[in-house]
Amino acid sequence: MSFDIDISAKRGAFEIAATFRADPGITVLFGPSGAGKTSILDFIAGILTPTRGRIAVDGQVLFDSTARVNLPPERRRVGYIFQDARLFPHLSVRANLLYGYNLTPPGTRYAEPAHIVEVLGIAHLLKRAPLFLSGGEQQRVAIGRAILASPRLLLMDEPLASLDEARKLEILPYIERLRDELKIPILYVTHLASEVERLADVVVEVAAGRVTGQRRA
Amino acid sequence: MFDLTPAELEALHLSVKVGLVSMLASLPVGFALAYLLARRDFPGKSLVNGVVLLPLVLPPVVTGLILLMLFGSQGPLGKFFEQTFGITFAFRWTGAALAAAVMGLPLMVRAMRLSIEAVDKRLEFASRTLGAKRWWTFVTITLPLSLPGIMAGAILSFAKSFGEFGATITFVSNIPGETQTLPIAIYSILQTPGGDGPAWRLALVSVVVSMIAIVGAEWVERRIRTKPA
Repeated sequence: MSFDIDISAKRGAFEIAATFRADPGITVLFGPSGAGKTSILDFIAGILTPTRGRIAVDGQVLFDSTARVNLPPERRRVGYIFQDARLFPHLSVRANLLYGYNLTPPGTRYAEPAHIVEVLGIAHLLKRAPLFLSGGEQQRVAIGRAILASPRLLLMDEPLASLDEARKLEILPYIERLRDELKIPILYVTHLASEVERLADVVVEVAAGRVTGQRRA
Repeated sequence: MFDLTPAELEALHLSVKVGLVSMLASLPVGFALAYLLARRDFPGKSLVNGVVLLPLVLPPVVTGLILLMLFGSQGPLGKFFEQTFGITFAFRWTGAALAAAVMGLPLMVRAMRLSIEAVDKRLEFASRTLGAKRWWTFVTITLPLSLPGIMAGAILSFAKSFGEFGATITFVSNIPGETQTLPIAIYSILQTPGGDGPAWRLALVSVVVSMIAIVGAEWVERRIRTKPA
């Protein structure tokens, strides 16, 4: 699977232009805070709409301004892991994990709950309410929830930013293991060089709303 | 335990009926209005908001007069409901329920609107990226998360309806067994010589009913909050 984007957009007075390609593995969007990295992910997920351009995953067009294609978020099959875990507070961990899984047609599922729960080490949390999990546990559940919807592309927006150093080290191996197991492109947003060094297969540099370079890590 | 006379029992029964019916009938209208005001922008939004809130500020007698003009037997809406649905409001308990609903609506909409606005939109986005259509996100995320406010709105509406006096007596008058709710019955008794004894008894009844409503509401709300899904 591969991913292509070529879009431009206005966010208030801010101009965003992004053109790059991503293959399976981790592509890090790297740049200072406020460079527009999260907006780029929001365009890809369908939460925001670019002014013009084209976004495609594996040959399927998600957005194309000339062809007037703009799939709603639920039809894009793009997984999104946010900085804050955003678990549904009224649902148990189990119900959170299965939320997207149950909405995915069985024929298109590639991730199985038992396996993902084991990989992320969250079996002992299933009956709990999200409120009573640590930050690291919440983020692991959020990762599992996104993957169980069997996305074709995974977006991670500074998933470690709200965690302390020890928690970060706890999550990183899980992300690496998923990178090796899943055959999908992962777009990983960060402003930390240490995360680039550890995780990136490809680095896309973003500054002031523009992609300024792309290199293999 | 209060040894109520049949007439007093009738007033109590009527008040509870009016309170429940007006609350239930307001629920869909109130929730739709609250959702629109909380989440959508449309032309005339502040006008809609103003009309909904108006009964809170107007003297209840004025609200009753407006209802009489619109929903009375000669009023345009009154004729419409009579001819289309066979529902008559003028001088009927249905009219008392309508007056109570209109008076309770601002309280209901306000409580619901606040709780819908408090639902984190980012959770709704998360739900969409997991494959949920707009309506499924609404049913599984927005609605359950705003449930405490919906409950609170319903209780406030019932409380207001149960005790409504001014708009009701103006719109549907004071007919025992039909429109004479508890507060109107108390008022009538007070108009007769030596009526303050029985009036106190009925007043006590209203206190008990109100307490049951409040305690019951708290109990239901606590169950909603702590119930793991």
